[in-house]
Amino acid sequence: MIEVETSEEVADAALSRQASMLDGGRSEEMYANPLTADDVSKQFGGGPDFGRLLPWKRSENGHKGPVQVLQGVSFEIRRGEIFGLIGANGSGKSTLIRIFSTLLLPDGGEVRIFGYDAVDESSEVRALINRVSADPSFFRNMSTLENLLFFGRVYGLSPTEIKRRVPVILGRLGFEVEKAREPMSHLSRGQQQKIAVARSFLTSPVLMLLDEPTTGLDPRSKRDVQAFIRQVQAEHDATILLTTHDMQEAELLCDRISFIAGGRIVAEGTPLELRERVARGRSLDAITMETVFMELTGKSIEEDEEREEVMVHG
Amino acid sequence: MASIGERMVLPARAGRTNLMWAFVERQTNLWKRYWAWELVWLVYGVVNTLAITFIAKEAEQAGITSDASHLVLFLLLGTLVWAYLSAVLDDISLVITWERWEGTIEHTLMAPVPRALHLIGMSIFGVMHAVIRTLLIFLIAIPFFSVDLGQADWLSAAVVLGVGSVSVAGLGILTGVLPLLYPERGTQMSFMIQAVVLLISGVYYSVDVLPPWLRIFSYISPATYLLDGIRGAIIDGDGLVSLADTLGILALFGVVLVPGGIAVFAVAERYAKKTGQLKRQG
Ligand SMILES: Nc1ncnc2c1ncn2[C@@H]1O[C@H](COP(=O)(O)OP(=O)(O)OP(=O)(O)O)[C@@H](O)[C@H]1O
Ligand SMILES: [Mg+2]
Repeated sequence: MIEVETSEEVADAALSRQASMLDGGRSEEMYANPLTADDVSKQFGGGPDFGRLLPWKRSENGHKGPVQVLQGVSFEIRRGEIFGLIGANGSGKSTLIRIFSTLLLPDGGEVRIFGYDAVDESSEVRALINRVSADPSFFRNMSTLENLLFFGRVYGLSPTEIKRRVPVILGRLGFEVEKAREPMSHLSRGQQQKIAVARSFLTSPVLMLLDEPTTGLDPRSKRDVQAFIRQVQAEHDATILLTTHDMQEAELLCDRISFIAGGRIVAEGTPLELRERVARGRSLDAITMETVFMELTGKSIEEDEEREEVMVHG
Repeated sequence: MASIGERMVLPARAGRTNLMWAFVERQTNLWKRYWAWELVWLVYGVVNTLAITFIAKEAEQAGITSDASHLVLFLLLGTLVWAYLSAVLDDISLVITWERWEGTIEHTLMAPVPRALHLIGMSIFGVMHAVIRTLLIFLIAIPFFSVDLGQADWLSAAVVLGVGSVSVAGLGILTGVLPLLYPERGTQMSFMIQAVVLLISGVYYSVDVLPPWLRIFSYISPATYLLDGIRGAIIDGDGLVSLADTLGILALFGVVLVPGGIAVFAVAERYAKKTGQLKRQG
């Protein structure tokens, strides 16, 4: 059973590689660059607000000033890697992922996904990506199958293709397929999160944005999902951006990691490089990713020079 | 799984009907799960139709009119058309609200579906849904009254309804924009617009009874012409030729309101993406 699926998917991958070569519009170089973010900034609360046109809102002076959530964020994700984005709550990770998903427009800077501009060529970008959000977000009274049918069809998949792919993906994630006919509100949060992972991989994205995909999963389910992510990365040509609050997971899965604090990238490198930077002469064994997190995100935003020091260019 | 080529050609090859149909199918699946609400709306529709049409009986009994049959038919058609209109408007104007409520808005809006196809898909479902509901109300309500439908030109009525539905869909798309701009109050605002349409379009009375300043607004409501056309076809047996003017105006409304609604929607979506108004989770 497993062998059949694997060979089928290998054939799939071969076919798609072929297809990508047939696609004359884009050069291979463009595919080599899944994502580049250049000086991306975003603030909330500034700018025009239609709410102020409402008579009952005009008198409210509760409007907070603008909040700068991202400032000058730049990085590059290479083809086929799992790139980790780590930072404290509220540091701007999900905001950045929303910008990459074309759900939010940046105030400044540029985001290119496979060479396409995330703002001006958003429809091309949307066809290439998918995303798992920290919240599963489904039509809760519809069944798993109905949800996957809808979210697959809007990516242009035919119902037959979806019905072929769903059992394979659910099986790999360790989800009992019989449960897929029940309304999603009957599933636990963790089960829904697995379906969210299934939904995003169903559409064969070449860039996958995973915003805390394993939050709320039990240890076994967490492993299922982690194994699935690695498998997809290894067998297929997918590039993955991952955020997580689980430092072990970050170290296990990520080829490179960027730390974000207060809307700025404060360090970037392989897990080992980051531990070495933070160690500063101490024994590496004593430096876990958690120590790295504490050191890199615990500092106040003013300590700019400190931050420059730990910046790893790689 | 990862196939760059397959994805790149998606917009052209996937077939626009497949994309559009995704929304019709989803709404149908949702509708099946919320069948109890459908029952509620059906009962409400029937009761409303009966209650208003009985007013004609009262007029006869009180001696206000000697023959209530015309008034009965006038009110019956008014309530049925209104049931139809509000069903279409409700379905389409909830396009954003519903997804916000389910928490799916970001996932739906980031799918590579042109917004026009999304909105047209929602409109197609809205029209189908409204036709079924209104037909049921009609079938249940009709035995309560002895109305003479011998005159009726059903073909003309169907054409008026078909052409008129396009303009109503356009109106629905326009009111559906409000929840994008005003996440908290937008839905209430769309319902208020519906209420105004009810007032100015001559649903339960002819627009001639409106004070002049209100009468002006009746001209810019497509519902006015839709009601006119339906009543002409069913009460007076007007054929397509005598309804040509009404049909022309309705078609014009459709041609302006649908693309206009889609364009306004696009602007509002951009604004929502700029300010972070799409519901955020996580
Ligand atoms: N749509 C929005 N409108 C206003 N403020 C927002 C919006 N989205 C995010 N923010 C603010 O931006 C900041 C960063 O939020 P974001 O969700 O990106 O953080 P995060 O790094 O994903 O945090 P977590 O680890 O808790 O998920 C927070 O202060 C948040 O309140
Ligand atoms: Mg987040």
